[in-house]
Amino acid sequence: MKPEFKIISQLIDENSQVLDVGCGDGILMDYLIKEKKVNIRGIEISKTKVQNCIAKGLTIIEGNAEEDLQQFPNKSFDYVILSQTLQAFLNPEKVINELLRIGKQAIVTIPNFGYWKIRLHLLLKGTMPVTRTLPDEWYNTPNIHLCTIKDFVFFSKAKNFKLSKSIALRNNLPSDIKNSNLDMKNLSSNLGIFLIER
Amino acid sequence: MNIKENIKTLLIEKPLKLDCGKTINNFPLAYETYGTLNKNRDNAILVFHALTGDQFVTGINPITKKDGWWSYAVGPNKAIDTNKYFVICANVIGGCMGSFGPSHENPETKKMYGTDFPVITINDMVNAQINLLDFFGIKKLFSVVGGSMGGMQVLQFVSNFPDKTKTAVPIACTSSHSAQNIAFNELGRQAIAADHNWSDGKYNLNNTVPDKGLAVARMAAHITYLSKKGLQEKFGRKLQERDDLKFGFDADFQIESYLRYQGSVFVDRFDANSYLYITRAMDYFDLVKQFNGNLSMAFKNTKAKFFIISFTSDWLYPTQENKDIVIALNAIGANVGFVEIKSDKGHDSFLLDVADFLKALKNFLDKSYSEK
Repeated sequence: MKPEFKIISQLIDENSQVLDVGCGDGILMDYLIKEKKVNIRGIEISKTKVQNCIAKGLTIIEGNAEEDLQQFPNKSFDYVILSQTLQAFLNPEKVINELLRIGKQAIVTIPNFGYWKIRLHLLLKGTMPVTRTLPDEWYNTPNIHLCTIKDFVFFSKAKNFKLSKSIALRNNLPSDIKNSNLDMKNLSSNLGIFLIER
Repeated sequence: MNIKENIKTLLIEKPLKLDCGKTINNFPLAYETYGTLNKNRDNAILVFHALTGDQFVTGINPITKKDGWWSYAVGPNKAIDTNKYFVICANVIGGCMGSFGPSHENPETKKMYGTDFPVITINDMVNAQINLLDFFGIKKLFSVVGGSMGGMQVLQFVSNFPDKTKTAVPIACTSSHSAQNIAFNELGRQAIAADHNWSDGKYNLNNTVPDKGLAVARMAAHITYLSKKGLQEKFGRKLQERDDLKFGFDADFQIESYLRYQGSVFVDRFDANSYLYITRAMDYFDLVKQFNGNLSMAFKNTKAKFFIISFTSDWLYPTQENKDIVIALNAIGANVGFVEIKSDKGHDSFLLDVADFLKALKNFLDKSYSEK
Protein backbone atom coordinates (compact mmCIF):
# COMPACT_ATOMS: atom_id res chain seq x y z
CA MET A 1 0.00 0.00 0.00
CA LYS A 2 1.32 3.43 -0.93
CA PRO A 3 2.05 5.61 2.15
CA GLU A 4 -0.14 8.38 0.73
CA PHE A 5 -3.28 6.20 1.02
CA LYS A 6 -3.50 6.72 4.76
CA ILE A 7 -3.44 10.49 4.29
CA ILE A 8 -6.00 10.33 1.48
CA SER A 9 -8.25 8.34 3.79
CA GLN A 10 -7.94 11.00 6.50
CA LEU A 11 -9.20 13.61 4.03
CA ILE A 12 -12.38 11.67 3.30
CA ASP A 13 -15.65 11.65 5.27
CA GLU A 14 -17.30 8.37 6.14
CA ASN A 15 -20.06 6.99 3.88
CA SER A 16 -19.25 9.40 1.08
CA GLN A 17 -19.48 8.82 -2.68
CA VAL A 18 -16.00 8.44 -4.17
CA LEU A 19 -14.53 7.91 -7.63
CA ASP A 20 -10.95 6.66 -7.93
CA VAL A 21 -9.57 7.65 -11.33
CA GLY A 22 -6.81 5.31 -12.45
CA CYS A 23 -7.54 2.98 -9.56
CA GLY A 24 -5.05 0.29 -10.59
CA ASP A 25 -5.56 -2.95 -8.67
CA GLY A 26 -8.04 -1.27 -6.34
CA ILE A 27 -5.83 -1.26 -3.25
CA LEU A 28 -6.91 2.25 -2.28
CA MET A 29 -10.56 1.42 -3.03
CA ASP A 30 -10.41 -1.61 -0.73
CA TYR A 31 -8.72 0.45 1.98
CA LEU A 32 -11.28 3.27 1.81
CA ILE A 33 -14.19 0.81 1.94
CA LYS A 34 -12.68 -0.68 5.10
CA GLU A 35 -11.64 2.59 6.74
CA LYS A 36 -14.41 4.96 5.70
CA LYS A 37 -17.28 2.74 4.48
CA VAL A 38 -17.36 4.75 1.26
CA ASN A 39 -19.43 3.96 -1.80
CA ILE A 40 -16.60 3.89 -4.30
CA ARG A 41 -16.20 3.36 -8.05
CA GLY A 42 -13.00 3.00 -10.01
CA ILE A 43 -11.90 3.79 -13.54
CA GLU A 44 -8.92 1.93 -14.92
CA ILE A 45 -7.43 1.62 -18.41
CA SER A 46 -5.50 -1.64 -17.98
CA LYS A 47 -7.53 -4.76 -18.73
CA THR A 48 -5.44 -6.87 -16.34
CA LYS A 49 -5.98 -4.43 -13.49
CA VAL A 50 -9.69 -4.21 -14.26
CA GLN A 51 -9.86 -8.01 -13.90
CA ASN A 52 -8.03 -7.79 -10.57
CA CYS A 53 -10.57 -5.27 -9.31
CA ILE A 54 -13.51 -7.45 -10.43
CA ALA A 55 -11.91 -10.36 -8.57
CA LYS A 56 -11.98 -8.23 -5.43
CA GLY A 57 -15.65 -7.46 -5.95
CA LEU A 58 -15.02 -3.77 -6.64
CA THR A 59 -17.21 -1.72 -8.95
CA ILE A 60 -14.91 -0.86 -11.79
CA ILE A 61 -15.32 0.68 -15.23
CA GLU A 62 -12.72 -0.02 -17.86
CA GLY A 63 -11.95 3.29 -19.44
CA ASN A 64 -9.68 6.18 -20.15
CA ALA A 65 -9.93 9.12 -17.76
CA GLU A 66 -9.28 11.62 -20.53
CA GLU A 67 -12.37 10.45 -22.45
CA ASP A 68 -14.63 8.68 -20.01
CA LEU A 69 -15.06 11.19 -17.19
CA GLN A 70 -17.46 13.21 -19.30
CA GLN A 71 -20.22 10.64 -18.79
CA PHE A 72 -20.56 11.50 -15.11
CA PRO A 73 -22.99 14.27 -14.18
CA ASN A 74 -21.87 17.43 -12.36
CA LYS A 75 -21.04 16.91 -8.67
CA SER A 76 -21.98 13.25 -8.76
CA PHE A 77 -19.25 12.35 -6.26
CA ASP A 78 -18.20 13.82 -2.93
CA TYR A 79 -14.56 13.11 -3.77
CA VAL A 80 -12.73 12.23 -6.95
CA ILE A 81 -9.25 10.83 -6.37
CA LEU A 82 -6.34 11.04 -8.76
CA SER A 83 -3.35 9.35 -7.19
CA GLN A 84 -0.01 9.93 -8.94
CA THR A 85 -1.61 9.92 -12.38
CA LEU A 86 -1.94 13.58 -13.34
CA GLN A 87 1.52 13.64 -14.88
CA ALA A 88 0.58 10.88 -17.36
CA PHE A 89 -2.23 12.77 -19.07
CA LEU A 90 -1.94 14.51 -22.42
CA ASN A 91 -3.98 17.40 -21.06
CA PRO A 92 -3.73 17.60 -17.24
CA GLU A 93 -5.61 20.89 -17.11
CA LYS A 94 -8.62 19.34 -18.82
CA VAL A 95 -8.55 16.39 -16.43
CA ILE A 96 -8.41 18.69 -13.38
CA ASN A 97 -11.39 20.60 -14.76
CA GLU A 98 -13.29 17.34 -15.17
CA LEU A 99 -12.41 16.21 -11.63
CA LEU A 100 -13.75 19.48 -10.24
CA ARG A 101 -16.87 19.25 -12.38
CA ILE A 102 -17.90 15.72 -11.36
CA GLY A 103 -16.61 15.90 -7.78
CA LYS A 104 -17.53 18.31 -5.01
CA GLN A 105 -13.88 17.99 -4.05
CA ALA A 106 -10.91 16.28 -5.63
CA ILE A 107 -7.81 14.74 -4.12
CA VAL A 108 -4.76 14.93 -6.35
CA THR A 109 -1.37 13.54 -5.47
CA ILE A 110 1.76 14.30 -7.48
CA PRO A 111 5.30 12.98 -7.39
CA ASN A 112 7.32 16.14 -6.66
CA PHE A 113 9.89 16.81 -9.38
CA GLY A 114 11.32 19.54 -7.18
CA TYR A 115 12.49 16.99 -4.59
CA TRP A 116 16.17 17.61 -3.77
CA LYS A 117 17.26 14.12 -4.82
CA ILE A 118 15.78 14.66 -8.25
CA ARG A 119 17.39 18.08 -8.54
CA LEU A 120 20.72 16.64 -7.44
CA HIS A 121 20.44 13.77 -9.91
CA LEU A 122 20.02 16.17 -12.81
CA LEU A 123 22.67 18.57 -11.47
CA LEU A 124 25.37 15.99 -10.82
CA LYS A 125 24.66 13.21 -13.29
CA GLY A 126 23.21 15.35 -16.06
CA THR A 127 20.67 12.67 -17.01
CA MET A 128 16.90 12.53 -16.51
CA PRO A 129 16.23 11.54 -12.90
CA VAL A 130 15.18 7.97 -12.15
CA THR A 131 13.87 7.44 -8.61
CA ARG A 132 11.71 5.03 -6.65
CA THR A 133 8.55 7.06 -7.32
CA LEU A 134 9.62 7.77 -10.91
CA PRO A 135 11.31 4.54 -11.97
CA ASP A 136 11.14 4.92 -15.77
CA GLU A 137 13.74 6.10 -18.25
CA TRP A 138 12.99 9.29 -20.22
CA TYR A 139 12.24 7.26 -23.38
CA ASN A 140 9.69 4.91 -21.89
CA THR A 141 8.11 6.93 -19.11
CA PRO A 142 4.34 7.43 -19.16
CA ASN A 143 4.98 10.60 -17.15
CA ILE A 144 4.90 13.28 -19.79
CA HIS A 145 3.74 16.19 -17.63
CA LEU A 146 5.80 16.09 -14.47
CA CYS A 147 5.67 19.07 -12.17
CA THR A 148 6.83 20.24 -8.76
CA ILE A 149 4.77 21.02 -5.67
CA LYS A 150 5.42 24.68 -6.35
CA ASP A 151 4.25 24.30 -9.96
CA PHE A 152 1.00 22.78 -8.75
CA VAL A 153 0.42 25.56 -6.23
CA PHE A 154 1.04 28.18 -8.95
CA PHE A 155 -1.20 26.20 -11.30
CA SER A 156 -4.07 26.35 -8.77
CA LYS A 157 -3.71 30.13 -8.56
CA ALA A 158 -3.56 30.57 -12.33
CA LYS A 159 -6.60 28.35 -12.91
CA ASN A 160 -8.61 29.56 -9.95
CA PHE A 161 -9.18 26.47 -7.93
CA LYS A 162 -8.84 26.35 -4.19
CA LEU A 163 -6.30 24.22 -2.32
CA SER A 164 -8.33 23.30 0.77
CA LYS A 165 -5.49 21.20 2.06
CA SER A 166 -1.90 20.86 0.88
CA ILE A 167 0.21 18.15 2.41
CA ALA A 168 3.82 17.27 1.70
CA LEU A 169 5.18 13.80 2.25
CA ARG A 170 8.79 13.30 3.18
CA ASN A 171 9.96 9.79 4.01
CA ASN A 172 6.31 8.92 4.58
CA LEU A 173 5.95 11.75 7.13
CA PRO A 174 3.21 14.26 6.33
CA SER A 175 3.39 17.99 6.95
CA ASP A 176 1.32 20.97 5.89
CA ILE A 177 2.42 23.09 2.97
CA LYS A 178 1.97 26.82 3.56
CA ASN A 179 2.94 29.90 1.60
CA SER A 180 5.69 30.53 4.14
CA ASN A 181 7.33 27.12 3.77
CA LEU A 182 6.59 26.40 0.10
CA ASP A 183 10.21 26.58 -1.09
CA MET A 184 11.36 24.35 1.73
CA LYS A 185 8.62 21.72 1.22
CA ASN A 186 9.21 21.79 -2.51
CA LEU A 187 12.82 20.85 -1.87
CA SER A 188 12.40 18.34 0.93
CA SER A 189 9.31 16.33 -0.09
CA ASN A 190 8.94 13.55 -2.60
CA LEU A 191 5.15 13.77 -2.85
CA GLY A 192 2.43 16.41 -2.72
CA ILE A 193 -1.17 15.67 -1.70
CA PHE A 194 -3.83 18.28 -2.43
CA LEU A 195 -7.49 18.49 -1.54
CA ILE A 196 -8.89 20.84 -4.13
CA GLU A 197 -12.24 22.41 -4.94
CA ARG A 198 -13.66 25.20 -7.02
CA MET B 1 -37.75 -37.91 -31.15
CA ASN B 2 -40.40 -37.30 -28.57
CA ILE B 3 -40.02 -33.61 -27.94
CA LYS B 4 -42.82 -33.24 -25.43
CA GLU B 5 -41.61 -35.61 -22.74
CA ASN B 6 -38.24 -33.85 -22.54
CA ILE B 7 -39.64 -30.37 -22.30
CA LYS B 8 -40.96 -28.79 -19.12
CA THR B 9 -43.75 -26.35 -19.81
CA LEU B 10 -45.51 -23.71 -17.77
CA LEU B 11 -49.00 -22.94 -19.03
CA ILE B 12 -49.53 -19.22 -18.61
CA GLU B 13 -53.22 -18.59 -18.07
CA LYS B 14 -52.95 -14.90 -17.29
CA PRO B 15 -53.60 -12.76 -20.38
CA LEU B 16 -50.54 -11.07 -21.84
CA LYS B 17 -51.11 -7.97 -23.89
CA LEU B 18 -48.53 -7.92 -26.67
CA ASP B 19 -46.96 -4.75 -28.08
CA CYS B 20 -48.70 -5.45 -31.40
CA GLY B 21 -52.04 -4.97 -29.63
CA LYS B 22 -53.16 -8.59 -29.51
CA THR B 23 -53.67 -10.42 -26.24
CA ILE B 24 -52.62 -14.01 -25.68
CA ASN B 25 -53.52 -16.32 -22.82
CA ASN B 26 -53.29 -20.01 -21.94
CA PHE B 27 -50.02 -20.23 -23.80
CA PRO B 28 -47.08 -22.52 -23.05
CA LEU B 29 -43.69 -21.31 -21.88
CA ALA B 30 -41.06 -24.03 -22.09
CA TYR B 31 -38.24 -23.82 -19.57
CA GLU B 32 -35.40 -25.75 -17.98
CA THR B 33 -33.64 -25.38 -14.64
CA TYR B 34 -30.22 -26.30 -13.30
CA GLY B 35 -29.02 -26.42 -9.70
CA THR B 36 -31.23 -26.11 -6.64
CA LEU B 37 -33.34 -23.25 -5.36
CA ASN B 38 -32.20 -22.56 -1.79
CA LYS B 39 -34.45 -22.16 1.25
CA ASN B 40 -34.48 -18.36 1.08
CA ARG B 41 -35.18 -18.56 -2.65
CA ASP B 42 -32.55 -15.90 -3.26
CA ASN B 43 -30.02 -17.79 -5.40
CA ALA B 44 -31.93 -17.82 -8.69
CA ILE B 45 -30.45 -16.58 -11.95
CA LEU B 46 -32.69 -16.10 -14.95
CA VAL B 47 -30.65 -16.68 -18.10
CA PHE B 48 -31.98 -15.30 -21.37
CA HIS B 49 -31.02 -17.01 -24.62
CA ALA B 50 -29.99 -15.40 -27.90
CA LEU B 51 -31.60 -15.61 -31.35
CA THR B 52 -31.09 -19.31 -31.99
CA GLY B 53 -30.69 -20.52 -28.41
CA ASP B 54 -33.20 -22.37 -26.29
CA GLN B 55 -33.87 -23.29 -22.67
CA PHE B 56 -31.26 -26.06 -22.67
CA VAL B 57 -28.41 -23.91 -21.45
CA THR B 58 -25.93 -26.57 -20.43
CA GLY B 59 -25.36 -30.30 -20.37
CA ILE B 60 -26.65 -32.37 -23.26
CA ASN B 61 -29.62 -30.85 -25.01
CA PRO B 62 -32.21 -33.67 -24.91
CA ILE B 63 -33.62 -32.70 -28.30
CA THR B 64 -30.48 -32.06 -30.36
CA LYS B 65 -28.27 -34.40 -28.30
CA LYS B 66 -25.54 -31.76 -28.46
CA ASP B 67 -23.94 -29.66 -25.73
CA GLY B 68 -26.15 -26.86 -24.46
CA TRP B 69 -25.39 -23.45 -26.00
CA TRP B 70 -23.77 -22.04 -22.85
CA SER B 71 -21.98 -25.13 -21.57
CA TYR B 72 -18.75 -23.19 -21.21
CA ALA B 73 -20.30 -20.70 -18.81
CA VAL B 74 -22.98 -22.62 -16.91
CA GLY B 75 -22.49 -25.75 -14.80
CA PRO B 76 -20.96 -27.00 -11.58
CA ASN B 77 -18.04 -24.72 -10.56
CA LYS B 78 -18.31 -22.80 -13.81
CA ALA B 79 -18.81 -19.03 -14.18
CA ILE B 80 -22.51 -19.45 -13.44
CA ASP B 81 -21.99 -22.11 -10.81
CA THR B 82 -24.93 -24.49 -10.62
CA ASN B 83 -23.62 -25.82 -7.29
CA LYS B 84 -24.40 -22.39 -5.93
CA TYR B 85 -27.12 -20.89 -8.09
CA PHE B 86 -30.50 -22.04 -9.34
CA VAL B 87 -30.45 -21.31 -13.07
CA ILE B 88 -33.70 -20.89 -14.96
CA CYS B 89 -33.94 -20.44 -18.71
CA ALA B 90 -37.07 -20.25 -20.83
CA ASN B 91 -37.49 -20.64 -24.54
CA VAL B 92 -38.62 -17.21 -25.77
CA ILE B 93 -42.16 -16.86 -27.06
CA GLY B 94 -41.97 -16.97 -30.83
CA GLY B 95 -39.36 -19.70 -30.47
CA CYS B 96 -39.49 -23.33 -31.55
CA MET B 97 -38.45 -25.35 -28.51
CA GLY B 98 -41.83 -25.70 -26.86
CA SER B 99 -42.82 -22.11 -26.08
CA PHE B 100 -45.76 -20.50 -27.83
CA GLY B 101 -44.58 -19.85 -31.37
CA PRO B 102 -45.50 -19.86 -35.04
CA SER B 103 -45.26 -23.65 -35.29
CA HIS B 104 -48.07 -24.02 -32.76
CA GLU B 105 -51.59 -24.82 -33.83
CA ASN B 106 -54.02 -21.95 -34.08
CA PRO B 107 -57.10 -23.15 -32.13
CA GLU B 108 -59.40 -21.18 -34.43
CA THR B 109 -58.20 -22.65 -37.70
CA LYS B 110 -56.78 -25.92 -36.33
CA LYS B 111 -53.78 -25.17 -38.53
CA MET B 112 -50.24 -24.06 -37.71
CA TYR B 113 -50.06 -20.32 -37.08
CA GLY B 114 -47.21 -19.67 -39.48
CA THR B 115 -47.19 -15.98 -40.30
CA ASP B 116 -50.60 -15.57 -38.65
CA PHE B 117 -48.71 -15.69 -35.36
CA PRO B 118 -48.63 -12.22 -33.77
CA VAL B 119 -45.40 -10.28 -34.13
CA ILE B 120 -43.70 -10.35 -30.75
CA THR B 121 -41.11 -8.08 -29.17
CA ILE B 122 -38.32 -8.34 -26.61
CA ASN B 123 -40.74 -6.64 -24.21
CA ASP B 124 -43.31 -9.40 -24.82
CA MET B 125 -40.65 -12.05 -24.24
CA VAL B 126 -39.69 -10.78 -20.78
CA ASN B 127 -43.30 -10.10 -19.84
CA ALA B 128 -44.01 -13.77 -20.53
CA GLN B 129 -40.98 -14.94 -18.56
CA ILE B 130 -41.75 -12.92 -15.41
CA ASN B 131 -44.42 -15.57 -14.72
CA LEU B 132 -41.61 -18.00 -13.91
CA LEU B 133 -40.86 -16.04 -10.72
CA ASP B 134 -44.33 -16.61 -9.33
CA PHE B 135 -44.23 -20.21 -10.42
CA PHE B 136 -41.05 -20.86 -8.43
CA GLY B 137 -42.06 -18.58 -5.56
CA ILE B 138 -39.12 -16.26 -6.14
CA LYS B 139 -39.60 -12.68 -4.88
CA LYS B 140 -36.31 -11.39 -6.23
CA LEU B 141 -33.78 -12.99 -8.54
CA PHE B 142 -30.12 -12.88 -7.67
CA SER B 143 -29.30 -12.09 -11.28
CA VAL B 144 -30.51 -11.79 -14.85
CA VAL B 145 -27.84 -12.70 -17.39
CA GLY B 146 -27.75 -12.93 -21.16
CA GLY B 147 -25.69 -12.24 -24.26
CA SER B 148 -26.75 -10.69 -27.58
CA MET B 149 -30.56 -10.87 -27.73
CA GLY B 150 -30.31 -12.33 -24.23
CA GLY B 151 -28.64 -9.07 -23.16
CA MET B 152 -31.48 -7.06 -24.66
CA GLN B 153 -33.88 -9.12 -22.55
CA VAL B 154 -31.74 -8.35 -19.48
CA LEU B 155 -32.09 -4.61 -20.15
CA GLN B 156 -35.81 -4.83 -20.83
CA PHE B 157 -36.36 -7.02 -17.77
CA VAL B 158 -34.67 -4.59 -15.40
CA SER B 159 -36.56 -1.72 -16.97
CA ASN B 160 -39.93 -3.49 -16.65
CA PHE B 161 -39.30 -5.06 -13.24
CA PRO B 162 -36.79 -2.79 -11.47
CA ASP B 163 -37.00 -4.51 -8.07
CA LYS B 164 -37.06 -8.11 -9.28
CA THR B 165 -33.32 -8.67 -9.50
CA LYS B 166 -30.30 -7.87 -7.39
CA THR B 167 -27.81 -7.85 -10.26
CA ALA B 168 -27.95 -7.65 -14.05
CA VAL B 169 -25.37 -8.76 -16.59
CA PRO B 170 -26.05 -7.68 -20.18
CA ILE B 171 -23.33 -9.09 -22.44
CA ALA B 172 -22.37 -8.13 -26.02
CA CYS B 173 -25.64 -6.34 -26.70
CA THR B 174 -27.22 -3.01 -27.43
CA SER B 175 -30.02 -0.80 -26.19
CA SER B 176 -31.16 -0.06 -29.73
CA HIS B 177 -30.79 -2.39 -32.71
CA SER B 178 -28.57 -0.74 -35.32
CA ALA B 179 -29.29 -0.28 -39.03
CA GLN B 180 -26.49 -2.74 -39.82
CA ASN B 181 -28.07 -5.39 -37.61
CA ILE B 182 -31.53 -4.82 -39.03
CA ALA B 183 -29.95 -5.17 -42.47
CA PHE B 184 -28.37 -8.52 -41.62
CA ASN B 185 -31.63 -9.79 -40.16
CA GLU B 186 -33.52 -8.68 -43.25
CA LEU B 187 -31.03 -10.56 -45.41
CA GLY B 188 -31.81 -13.72 -43.44
CA ARG B 189 -35.54 -13.23 -43.66
CA GLN B 190 -35.39 -12.60 -47.40
CA ALA B 191 -33.32 -15.75 -47.88
CA ILE B 192 -36.10 -17.73 -46.17
CA ALA B 193 -38.85 -15.99 -48.11
CA ALA B 194 -37.01 -16.63 -51.38
CA ASP B 195 -37.09 -20.37 -50.76
CA HIS B 196 -39.97 -21.74 -52.80
CA ASN B 197 -40.79 -24.17 -49.99
CA TRP B 198 -41.53 -21.36 -47.60
CA SER B 199 -45.00 -20.83 -49.18
CA ASP B 200 -45.70 -17.64 -47.23
CA GLY B 201 -45.00 -19.47 -44.01
CA LYS B 202 -47.49 -22.30 -44.63
CA TYR B 203 -44.85 -24.90 -45.42
CA ASN B 204 -46.23 -27.46 -43.00
CA LEU B 205 -49.32 -27.81 -45.18
CA ASN B 206 -47.09 -29.13 -47.95
CA ASN B 207 -44.96 -31.18 -45.57
CA THR B 208 -41.90 -29.30 -46.72
CA VAL B 209 -39.45 -26.96 -45.01
CA PRO B 210 -37.62 -23.99 -46.51
CA ASP B 211 -34.34 -25.57 -45.51
CA LYS B 212 -32.27 -23.99 -48.29
CA GLY B 213 -33.42 -20.49 -47.39
CA LEU B 214 -33.00 -21.04 -43.67
CA ALA B 215 -29.52 -22.48 -44.24
CA VAL B 216 -28.47 -19.41 -46.25
CA ALA B 217 -29.88 -17.17 -43.51
CA ARG B 218 -27.79 -19.04 -40.96
CA MET B 219 -24.66 -18.95 -43.12
CA ALA B 220 -24.88 -15.19 -43.58
CA ALA B 221 -25.60 -14.63 -39.90
CA HIS B 222 -22.81 -16.94 -38.85
CA ILE B 223 -20.24 -14.76 -40.64
CA THR B 224 -21.40 -11.79 -38.58
CA TYR B 225 -20.81 -13.74 -35.36
CA LEU B 226 -17.10 -14.18 -36.16
CA SER B 227 -14.31 -11.74 -36.87
CA LYS B 228 -12.17 -11.24 -39.95
CA LYS B 229 -9.06 -12.09 -37.98
CA GLY B 230 -10.65 -15.17 -36.43
CA LEU B 231 -11.80 -16.44 -39.82
CA GLN B 232 -8.42 -15.76 -41.41
CA GLU B 233 -6.58 -17.58 -38.65
CA LYS B 234 -8.91 -20.57 -38.59
CA PHE B 235 -9.48 -21.01 -42.33
CA GLY B 236 -7.32 -18.67 -44.35
CA ARG B 237 -7.44 -19.95 -47.93
CA LYS B 238 -7.16 -23.58 -46.89
CA LEU B 239 -8.77 -26.00 -49.32
CA GLN B 240 -11.37 -28.59 -48.38
CA GLU B 241 -10.11 -32.16 -48.89
CA ARG B 242 -8.48 -31.35 -52.20
CA ASP B 243 -5.02 -30.37 -53.40
CA ASP B 244 -6.04 -27.72 -55.87
CA LEU B 245 -8.94 -25.59 -57.03
CA LYS B 246 -11.54 -27.55 -59.00
CA PHE B 247 -12.71 -24.69 -61.25
CA GLY B 248 -16.33 -25.23 -60.26
CA PHE B 249 -18.77 -24.24 -57.55
CA ASP B 250 -18.30 -27.04 -55.07
CA ALA B 251 -16.91 -26.03 -51.71
CA ASP B 252 -13.25 -25.65 -52.67
CA PHE B 253 -12.40 -23.68 -49.55
CA GLN B 254 -12.70 -24.89 -45.98
CA ILE B 255 -14.61 -21.77 -45.03
CA GLU B 256 -17.28 -22.63 -47.64
CA SER B 257 -17.56 -26.16 -46.37
CA TYR B 258 -17.74 -24.90 -42.79
CA LEU B 259 -20.55 -22.47 -43.56
CA ARG B 260 -22.51 -25.08 -45.51
CA TYR B 261 -22.20 -27.41 -42.55
CA GLN B 262 -23.35 -24.71 -40.15
CA GLY B 263 -26.35 -24.07 -42.39
CA SER B 264 -27.26 -27.74 -42.72
CA VAL B 265 -27.17 -28.57 -39.01
CA PHE B 266 -29.15 -25.47 -38.18
CA VAL B 267 -32.17 -26.41 -40.31
CA ASP B 268 -32.50 -29.67 -38.36
CA ARG B 269 -33.09 -27.82 -35.11
CA PHE B 270 -34.69 -24.53 -36.00
CA ASP B 271 -37.99 -23.43 -37.46
CA ALA B 272 -37.87 -20.95 -40.34
CA ASN B 273 -40.90 -18.98 -39.16
CA SER B 274 -39.44 -18.69 -35.67
CA TYR B 275 -36.33 -17.25 -37.29
CA LEU B 276 -38.48 -14.58 -38.93
CA TYR B 277 -40.31 -13.73 -35.71
CA ILE B 278 -37.31 -13.60 -33.42
CA THR B 279 -35.16 -11.52 -35.77
CA ARG B 280 -38.11 -9.13 -36.05
CA ALA B 281 -38.27 -8.84 -32.27
CA MET B 282 -34.58 -7.92 -32.23
CA ASP B 283 -35.06 -5.31 -34.96
CA TYR B 284 -37.94 -3.72 -33.09
CA PHE B 285 -35.86 -3.46 -29.90
CA ASP B 286 -35.21 0.18 -29.11
CA LEU B 287 -35.12 0.83 -25.38
CA VAL B 288 -33.89 4.37 -26.07
CA LYS B 289 -37.05 5.16 -28.01
CA GLN B 290 -39.21 3.48 -25.37
CA PHE B 291 -37.93 6.17 -23.02
CA ASN B 292 -38.21 9.08 -25.45
CA GLY B 293 -34.54 9.24 -26.29
CA ASN B 294 -33.24 9.07 -22.71
CA LEU B 295 -31.96 5.57 -21.98
CA SER B 296 -31.16 6.50 -18.37
CA MET B 297 -34.87 6.73 -17.64
CA ALA B 298 -35.21 3.01 -18.42
CA PHE B 299 -33.24 2.31 -15.26
CA LYS B 300 -34.24 5.17 -12.98
CA ASN B 301 -36.23 2.95 -10.60
CA THR B 302 -33.75 0.13 -10.16
CA LYS B 303 -31.16 -0.44 -7.47
CA ALA B 304 -29.77 -3.43 -9.34
CA LYS B 305 -26.02 -3.70 -9.68
CA PHE B 306 -25.04 -3.88 -13.35
CA PHE B 307 -22.03 -5.50 -14.95
CA ILE B 308 -21.66 -4.91 -18.66
CA ILE B 309 -19.29 -6.92 -20.84
CA SER B 310 -18.24 -6.36 -24.46
CA PHE B 311 -15.63 -7.95 -26.73
CA THR B 312 -12.92 -6.20 -28.75
CA SER B 313 -13.64 -8.08 -32.01
CA ASP B 314 -17.46 -7.94 -31.81
CA TRP B 315 -18.52 -5.82 -34.78
CA LEU B 316 -22.18 -6.78 -34.51
CA TYR B 317 -22.67 -5.31 -31.03
CA PRO B 318 -19.48 -3.26 -30.74
CA THR B 319 -18.01 -1.98 -27.50
CA GLN B 320 -19.36 1.53 -28.07
CA GLU B 321 -22.97 0.29 -28.10
CA ASN B 322 -22.35 -1.54 -24.82
CA LYS B 323 -20.64 1.53 -23.41
CA ASP B 324 -23.68 3.65 -24.25
CA ILE B 325 -25.53 1.57 -21.67
CA VAL B 326 -22.75 2.18 -19.13
CA ILE B 327 -22.95 5.92 -19.82
CA ALA B 328 -26.73 5.95 -19.39
CA LEU B 329 -26.38 4.15 -16.06
CA ASN B 330 -23.61 6.42 -14.81
CA ALA B 331 -25.70 9.44 -15.71
CA ILE B 332 -28.17 8.44 -12.98
CA GLY B 333 -25.56 7.25 -10.52
CA ALA B 334 -26.50 3.57 -10.91
CA ASN B 335 -24.08 0.92 -9.71
CA VAL B 336 -22.39 -0.21 -12.91
CA GLY B 337 -19.17 -1.98 -13.77
CA PHE B 338 -17.85 -2.47 -17.28
CA VAL B 339 -15.14 -4.51 -18.94
CA GLU B 340 -14.17 -5.01 -22.57
CA ILE B 341 -12.70 -8.48 -23.08
CA LYS B 342 -9.88 -8.95 -25.57
CA SER B 343 -10.84 -11.73 -27.97
CA ASP B 344 -10.49 -12.51 -31.69
CA LYS B 345 -13.61 -14.63 -31.70
CA GLY B 346 -16.07 -11.89 -32.61
CA HIS B 347 -19.61 -11.66 -31.30
CA ASP B 348 -19.59 -15.41 -30.59
CA SER B 349 -16.97 -14.81 -27.86
CA PHE B 350 -19.62 -14.88 -25.17
CA LEU B 351 -20.57 -18.46 -26.13
CA LEU B 352 -17.00 -19.74 -26.33
CA ASP B 353 -14.20 -20.70 -24.01
CA VAL B 354 -12.83 -17.18 -23.54
CA ALA B 355 -10.99 -17.37 -20.22
CA ASP B 356 -10.96 -13.65 -19.36
CA PHE B 357 -14.68 -13.40 -20.01
CA LEU B 358 -15.59 -16.44 -17.93
CA LYS B 359 -13.31 -15.26 -15.12
CA ALA B 360 -14.86 -11.79 -15.03
CA LEU B 361 -18.40 -13.19 -15.10
CA LYS B 362 -17.67 -15.67 -12.31
CA ASN B 363 -15.91 -13.11 -10.14
CA PHE B 364 -18.69 -10.58 -10.54
CA LEU B 365 -21.44 -13.05 -9.67
CA ASP B 366 -19.65 -14.80 -6.80
CA LYS B 367 -18.48 -11.54 -5.19
CA SER B 368 -21.92 -9.95 -5.54
CA TYR B 369 -23.55 -13.07 -4.09
CA SER B 370 -21.28 -13.05 -1.05
CA GLU B 371 -22.20 -9.40 -0.37
CA LYS B 372 -25.76 -10.23 0.56
